[in-house]
Amino acid sequence: MAEFLIETIGLPSWLAWTAVAAVAAFLILNVIAGGALVFIWAERKIAARIQDRLGPTRTGGRFGWLQSLADGIKLLAKEDLMPDGADGMLFRLAPYVSFCASFCAFIALPFAFDVVGLRLNVGVFFVVAVLGLEVFGVILAGYASASKWSLFGAMREAAQVVSYEVPLGMCVVVPVMLAGSMDLVTIAEKQAGWLTNWYIFHDPFTFVIFWVYYTCAVASVNRAPFDLAEAESELVAGFHTEYSGLRWSFFFMAEYGSMFLVSALAAVLFLGGWNGPVPIASLLGWSDGSSLSAPYAVRLLGCANLMGKATAGVLVMMWIRWTLPRLRIDQVMTTCLKYCTPIAALMFAGVMLWQLFLPGGLIPGSRHQAAAVREAWLEGRGDRVPSTNVPLGVVPATSRQVVGVSQ
Amino acid sequence: MTECLLAATTWLLPFAAIDWHGLFFLLFAAIACGAAIMVVLTDNVVRMALHLVLSLGATAGLFFLAGSEFVGAMQLMIYVGGTLVLLVFGVMLTAQTQLVSLRTPAADRVLAGILAAALFAVLVQSAVSVEAWRRPGRAEVSAPTATPLGMALVGVRVDGDAAGHESRPLSGYLLPFEIVSVHLLVVLIGAAYLARAKRRRTPRAVELVASVDPPPPVQARSEAGESASVLVGGGR
Amino acid sequence: MMLIAVGTVSVAHYLIVGAILFTAGIACMAVKRNALGVLMGIELVLNGANLNFVAFGSSYLAGEGRASLGLDGEVMALFVILLAAAEAAVALAITLNFYNNHATVDVDRADDLRG
Repeated sequence: MAEFLIETIGLPSWLAWTAVAAVAAFLILNVIAGGALVFIWAERKIAARIQDRLGPTRTGGRFGWLQSLADGIKLLAKEDLMPDGADGMLFRLAPYVSFCASFCAFIALPFAFDVVGLRLNVGVFFVVAVLGLEVFGVILAGYASASKWSLFGAMREAAQVVSYEVPLGMCVVVPVMLAGSMDLVTIAEKQAGWLTNWYIFHDPFTFVIFWVYYTCAVASVNRAPFDLAEAESELVAGFHTEYSGLRWSFFFMAEYGSMFLVSALAAVLFLGGWNGPVPIASLLGWSDGSSLSAPYAVRLLGCANLMGKATAGVLVMMWIRWTLPRLRIDQVMTTCLKYCTPIAALMFAGVMLWQLFLPGGLIPGSRHQAAAVREAWLEGRGDRVPSTNVPLGVVPATSRQVVGVSQ
Repeated sequence: MTECLLAATTWLLPFAAIDWHGLFFLLFAAIACGAAIMVVLTDNVVRMALHLVLSLGATAGLFFLAGSEFVGAMQLMIYVGGTLVLLVFGVMLTAQTQLVSLRTPAADRVLAGILAAALFAVLVQSAVSVEAWRRPGRAEVSAPTATPLGMALVGVRVDGDAAGHESRPLSGYLLPFEIVSVHLLVVLIGAAYLARAKRRRTPRAVELVASVDPPPPVQARSEAGESASVLVGGGR
Repeated sequence: MMLIAVGTVSVAHYLIVGAILFTAGIACMAVKRNALGVLMGIELVLNGANLNFVAFGSSYLAGEGRASLGLDGEVMALFVILLAAAEAAVALAITLNFYNNHATVDVDRADDLRG
């Protein structure tokens, strides 16, 4: 898009890049905010139906479409309170820290094969690292609220998030191992084609790893049944007890943004990303899905695919929330340390062995990879897998795009 | 519409030479240095932790700008997301009201300031002394380094473009990798042992202090921003 | 500003930022009474050094007539991060042990072995 602006309209390079960055940021913000709006309504409706009632039925029609908007207006109109002994600067800063962490992780998330904020070579690593920064907003909020409930809730939530990063990291490494790259675009491109190309169906170990990842993701965003830190029956509202109005809504948007993000990450890593179950684009002869000359409809289809899968993940999270009872904090920690981590480690070893002895089942490869991989890298191959396939799948990545380098 | 845009851009022409890399470098460097200086200047240990988080996060941004994406992501994940969370946990566990702000005498601080200034002068002088280090960079996109780095860590070097290395073969980093792995295991066991819960016959010093000292008076609560609820002993 | 007009950043700029971080860390270690403050100073020192490693190892910043360290700089920075995390964990365990035994983290009170 920047090239279009530079060449067609004749804008100077710096203005074009600024415009592109602003548009990208605006779109991602809309995805988070609009998503939060839709998901809040969906949560209330799903909760209601699971509890055998109707949910919002008056605001804006028979299904309560405008309920989220009404909630937003109410929150904006609330009084801005701060507790007496609270640390002013930290209290005001905390919601924005949480929201920034959740928002920054969308930079590396690809919505279609070239619809990505910044195509990072270490995309997976970056997303997992930035997700772990959300815990600072929680700790700051808990401490700065000058209230026992807040501090306890914040410390429990921080301990939970930090503990679940370990199995989350192990689960995330499995698709990286299968694709040979940490680039999210590459990982999703490798799953192009029919439904069976998706990594979740690659081998039984990856199937199990997907569910372990999902469990760790639910725990990582503090959704039920792992939501002890914000449980009404225990800690009033945990770390955001003292927050009201717009400040609270930032925490809320951060939570729903993170839910969407981990679901979208699951979709990219395991469920094929923007590739649908049937490769419509290549069947219709439009493209193979990865060339820039593909019609715009292909990209839109890809975006719709990814958002559909991520929404499905979020809806399943809501379904779980209103079905399962809440876990105690020691049960949460036990699940992490005694179940998720060993299972993730075993499955990781299983995938590794599967790669060695049964690489994808298609092309048998030699056991000694170092020389072949080195040769492939030295030949400077592009994004495509070389024909003499190396089972470890190490593929050199394309050069990254650097925003704003003049001339 | 296009004419309006072109007119606006000619007005903005003096800014046309904005080098985004340099601008973001200035931004991240200002945040990193400013936050580091605030860590030294502030007395409240919780705010020190926050400023340290800002400083290390901005350093990660500097790593990204220098082209080392892997190290930048590693800095964010391990340093900011791991080490600093550990540090903040430690701060919270020991954030008794009287311990949150400890000041050193002014004389010590002046002396430390003089020493720091002298050290800074020496470092800056050596940094600008070498002509080759002052030349601007290539300003072109370089190849990503995640794959060569990963392969170097298992002993296979695939980057052969560093000048001066043609005479001798490059060695992998398998041995340091293994050593660091064992080192981390040792540290894990050691830290877990040091922090284990011990069965005590006599109450801990912390509990003794908490049981003897009266709860802080109500006036203490009016100190804005300084009072903190405590996890161990004490109360508001 | 010279930077914006000329158009590129050099290794020297990174070295100066690293020097600021390093000096701030030294000052922190010297001045702070809170043991955790001293620990934060150590982290700052290590980060200043890391910035130097990354600057020298960056091929993006390598000008004409000077080759970068290449991968070696990045691997050094990586190992420094790992070892700093390990050292911070142990130091924190020691500090918490000290706190449990003396009910304070004031380093001026750690004078049991003073002669």
